[in-house]
Amino acid sequence: MTNSALALPEPVAGALKRRPLVQRYAPIATIVLVLIAVWYVAAVLMNLSLVRDGFEREETPYTVSDLLAGTMSAERPLLPAPHQVISGFADSVFGYSPMAPRSLVYHSAVTLSATLLGFALGALLGIALALMIVHSRVLAKSLLPWIICSQMVPILALAPIFIVALGAMGLQGLLPKAIISAYLCFFPIAIGMVKGLNASDPMQLDLMRTWSATPRQVLSKLRWPSAIPFLFASLKVAISISLIGAIVAELPTGGEAGIGARLLAGSYYGQTIQIWTALLAAALLASGLIGLVDIAEKITGLRMGARP
Amino acid sequence: MNPRQLRLGFILATAGMLLALVLPVSGEAAVSWSARPIAPALMLAAALLFATSAWSGGSKAVALGLAGALCGAATTLVMLADPAIAGSAAAGFWAIVLAVWLAAALCVMQLATIRPRAELVRRALDLAVPLLFGAVVFYLWEVVVRGFGVSPVIMPAPSAAAARFAASLPILGGDFVQTFVRGVLIGYVIGCGAGLLVAIVAQRFEFLGRGLLPLGNFFSALPLVGVAPIMVMWFGFDWPSKAAVVTLVTFFPMLVNALAGLSSAGHMERDLMRSYGADHRQTLIKLYLPAALPFIFNALKINATLALIGAIVAEFFGTPTQGIGFRISTEAGRMAIDMVWAEIALAAIAGMAFYGLVALAERATTFWHPSYRT
Repeated sequence: MTNSALALPEPVAGALKRRPLVQRYAPIATIVLVLIAVWYVAAVLMNLSLVRDGFEREETPYTVSDLLAGTMSAERPLLPAPHQVISGFADSVFGYSPMAPRSLVYHSAVTLSATLLGFALGALLGIALALMIVHSRVLAKSLLPWIICSQMVPILALAPIFIVALGAMGLQGLLPKAIISAYLCFFPIAIGMVKGLNASDPMQLDLMRTWSATPRQVLSKLRWPSAIPFLFASLKVAISISLIGAIVAELPTGGEAGIGARLLAGSYYGQTIQIWTALLAAALLASGLIGLVDIAEKITGLRMGARP
Repeated sequence: MNPRQLRLGFILATAGMLLALVLPVSGEAAVSWSARPIAPALMLAAALLFATSAWSGGSKAVALGLAGALCGAATTLVMLADPAIAGSAAAGFWAIVLAVWLAAALCVMQLATIRPRAELVRRALDLAVPLLFGAVVFYLWEVVVRGFGVSPVIMPAPSAAAARFAASLPILGGDFVQTFVRGVLIGYVIGCGAGLLVAIVAQRFEFLGRGLLPLGNFFSALPLVGVAPIMVMWFGFDWPSKAAVVTLVTFFPMLVNALAGLSSAGHMERDLMRSYGADHRQTLIKLYLPAALPFIFNALKINATLALIGAIVAEFFGTPTQGIGFRISTEAGRMAIDMVWAEIALAAIAGMAFYGLVALAERATTFWHPSYRT
């Protein structure tokens, strides 16, 4: 949401230019390492009673090191250790053929397709709404407040209804999920584009008028190009929201496939490692998708003559 | 919109109303007007009002047109009470609906183009136009659902949802307390408070801030609601697990925004504080935090929606037998869609009120900010 945040004091900014890699990544790496250490400690503490109960039930004698080893490799731990999550992830990604229902690749692909379709629909809807709102004062006054209100409604609450209503119309599978995720992600795009399309310099708008440009020419030559940075900023927000939408839409559908379905199944059967691997997959998907939008932004910027 | 288009529109609306007197209203049986003299009377009144507004123009036309649209809408609602019409409405009925829609749309357009001088009138208009627009949408929804006889399983009429809302206030109240007061509010306060505290600490220690900011940006883009099943496993079915999800979901946006806000104070102001010999605590309270308020409120607003979504999603993974999310998923399973819509209305009202309160607090505390000064 806010990337241009930390205004660094001058000497630090100078040092950043000189040794960018170390300066930039050292704090991040430190914090990540601390978080992982905390995670391990928490895993030991949270799983301790579980493992101890297990030993006592079987009435086997145990030492402290046995306990520690047990907390690191419990089958259904309260909190799996990071290496368990990673090995579980590797196992479910590489251990099965990509089309097998146990493979995480398959589930990720299902969620990804709904996300991308929903994102495309939402982006089209958002841009279309923004174009209409920018060109019509009536719509700006009457529709815009409702678009904003629609976000105060927890839209995800609508998910089950969409599923029921669309199911009654004979639509199943990908489309209902995509519609929910489109419903969630059109908003940032619409708002961002309204802002962006209105962001052109009044002087330049006047210049267009002196050339007696038609509204369409003003749009294609001035408003649209000046809205591109806004478009990409809102696309980045929208694509992560649309992934959330696709995952949550898989919950009430009781879908058999998808990351959301993995989460639900994992919570029903107490398979904690499965939940965590699904979460890891979702995180990787989210960062991958945002990275793609980032690359698209860079390419578009270069095409439009931005300096690298 | 020019006056000629307006006149043409109102003439069309008049024609629609008059047409409705001639065309069959129901597809099933001939409906005799003598049983319901009020319907043709209202139709004639509406036609008359439309006709006069076509000849008058300006703001008088808007008032007359709105009165006519109200008459027309009342006609259709009276007609829908007739079982011969509800579910099998025919051309005459839809002619009225179209005329009402046309007239209302003309009025909305005309109102939106008026630019009054007086501040008060302009505010009233800014409120009236979207409200009118919404009223038209709800009217069309109601009429289409009942006129075509759409199965309530697919889409209930708004009046049915409203009736259900009014009839099940105690249940809705219980759900509201469970989801909103316990889950959302507690989690929201903890999450936003923790985010702010961590941001303050991170701003003090620059190394921490440089590490936390990219991580916070990364985490706030992740689908964090996915942790809901884990939280349910850790904290049980009742509200603590919901509050935990809400805490986690609201923490990162607050962290990122507050960090950005705390470092938004200008160099000049910082130098001024240093020349006053202010220590860090004083600078924080008198400079950094006030300067960060717009950013903090931005996060509070983002979080208001996120929190409600988080709590409702967490309820899909297990709840005691109340709560908005629980009720929505069980009632959807029982095909009681009107109850689902009543719950959604509840969530919408709660969400809007919550957002409105945050926005009011923002107005009250950041009145000095350029975006509010006029």
